[in-house]
Amino acid sequence: MTAVTEIDRDGGSPRARSEPAVGVTQLRVMRSEWTKLHSLRSTRYSLLAALAVIIGLGILISWGSASHWDEENPGERLFFDPTLTSLSGIFLAQLAVGVLGVLIVSGEYSTGMIRATMAAVPRRLPVLWAKTAVFALVTFVLMTVASFVAFAAGQAMLASEHISTTLSRPGVLTAVIGGGLYLTVVGTLGVALGALLRSTAGGIATLFGLLLVLPIIVLFLPASWREHIEKYLPSNAGQAIFRVLHEPSALSSWTGFALFCGYALAALAGAAVLLRRRDA
Amino acid sequence: MIKVEGLTKRYGEKTAVDGLSFAVEPGVVTGFLGPNGSGKSTTMRMIIGLDEPTSGRVMVNGRCYRDFSAPLCEVGALLEARSVHTGRSATNHLLALAHTHGIPRRRVDEVIDLVGLREVARKRVGGFSLGMGQRLGIASALLGDPSIMILDEPVNGLDPEGIRWIRNLLKGLAAEGKTVFVSSHLMSEMALTAEHLIVIGRGRLIADTSVADFIHSASANTVKVRSPQAPQLRELLVSVDVTVTASAPDILEVTGLTSEQIGRTAAENDIVLYELTPQQASLEEAFMDLTRDSVEYHADTPTAKAATGASS
Repeated sequence: MTAVTEIDRDGGSPRARSEPAVGVTQLRVMRSEWTKLHSLRSTRYSLLAALAVIIGLGILISWGSASHWDEENPGERLFFDPTLTSLSGIFLAQLAVGVLGVLIVSGEYSTGMIRATMAAVPRRLPVLWAKTAVFALVTFVLMTVASFVAFAAGQAMLASEHISTTLSRPGVLTAVIGGGLYLTVVGTLGVALGALLRSTAGGIATLFGLLLVLPIIVLFLPASWREHIEKYLPSNAGQAIFRVLHEPSALSSWTGFALFCGYALAALAGAAVLLRRRDA
Repeated sequence: MIKVEGLTKRYGEKTAVDGLSFAVEPGVVTGFLGPNGSGKSTTMRMIIGLDEPTSGRVMVNGRCYRDFSAPLCEVGALLEARSVHTGRSATNHLLALAHTHGIPRRRVDEVIDLVGLREVARKRVGGFSLGMGQRLGIASALLGDPSIMILDEPVNGLDPEGIRWIRNLLKGLAAEGKTVFVSSHLMSEMALTAEHLIVIGRGRLIADTSVADFIHSASANTVKVRSPQAPQLRELLVSVDVTVTASAPDILEVTGLTSEQIGRTAAENDIVLYELTPQQASLEEAFMDLTRDSVEYHADTPTAKAATGASS
């Protein structure tokens, strides 16, 4: 109780204190978004799930590939990408990261928190930038670490059949870092779609419609169309960065990734325009 | 000080707020009164920049809310709908808001103590009762120690203890010289809390007056008179400014004269009176009279029907 009383006594108006002026800055909004991010259980569970899936599936599938290597035909062996094999958990982890990206924004709309947020930062855009930046940074750090762990553990599994690779081989380091980069942009796309659609269901459906369903639909197009369209799809473009072996028709690692970033930035720009224009 | 000038908000075809102009002065509690759906919440949302006016503007302490570098230190708002993520604890919710302004952590602890949420501050807000939720909303509003407080239906659903707490808090804030703007659809609540009233209906200003004046003008000066010579008295009282209705052969309802005037007239004309009672219209009735034409959804009550039937 004494502590509380003391705090009360030196309290009063925040403006009267001899501290840096109280007011909204981009950095402070980022700190606020960081507090919001780590204070929710859904964040911890989603990110933990993503980590577990990347590392766990990476090990499992690498082990499976090694133990069945004898049965593979020469064609399969020729196109075997040991880096991609150890990073295959990314395909599942993108669900957790993407959903969390959508939720960071749509969760505020569904609970009404957005009104408190927008009343505190009435210029609004700093909130979108802060949410994107904080989530991108957290995702990139965690997912890149997971990528490296999955790569190291996966190669250890593959080493038994002498089909492993190392970071010093061309394109391998790019691919391993690329695993973290791809998931970061998936998360960013989720944030942008959450802000555009302001609904959890809508955001998630759109995100995975783009990443998972669109490639399936394109499969039904005539082959001559398909080769012009397929490589430009968000998923194929983005996933080029964690592949070491590229199909001849596919975009190169960085070209594909740049295009994927372009899609995410376009969605973010749309979200920014609507955020300013719409009533909260 | 809040200044609303020609404020209009349309949602498609529907006009929620229609050319509203008023000012809310510091130092008193100003009640914002109107039936459900009259545009109170929309107006409050426009004051803090959540909704963009279709036309007109709102000035807060002489500026547009969006232009403040520290908006939480200018206006604290408690909106009707909850504005809290249910998965977060009260402390983390307040911290997240405080961080946007660089408000120190000890201010968060202060407001938690101020609203009496210390014991549940670390629990998830999803499990909070309505009263605890309102207290957290008020803690958020007080966070920046703002000079203006806006509260949308703060006593809705609260128990009597909670209602009294909010009433005293609002009066205390006004006494500190703050601008306190509080909406309600209950006149009786406003009569106890507010000194000034802004009354709206269907998005339009109906009255901008002190509570005292409102009560005075609202209580129609009806006097109930019971007399065996009622028809005779009626002849004597009726004039241009005075209406007399008879609800029973020996009872008159007189509007436009005081009981003293009626008593004197009766005495001068040797009319026997059994009863002479000034009738006070209740505040709630006065409010309903004032807003009758602007209530959005009328319930077709049996009494209303009976009254219509009787008069035709």
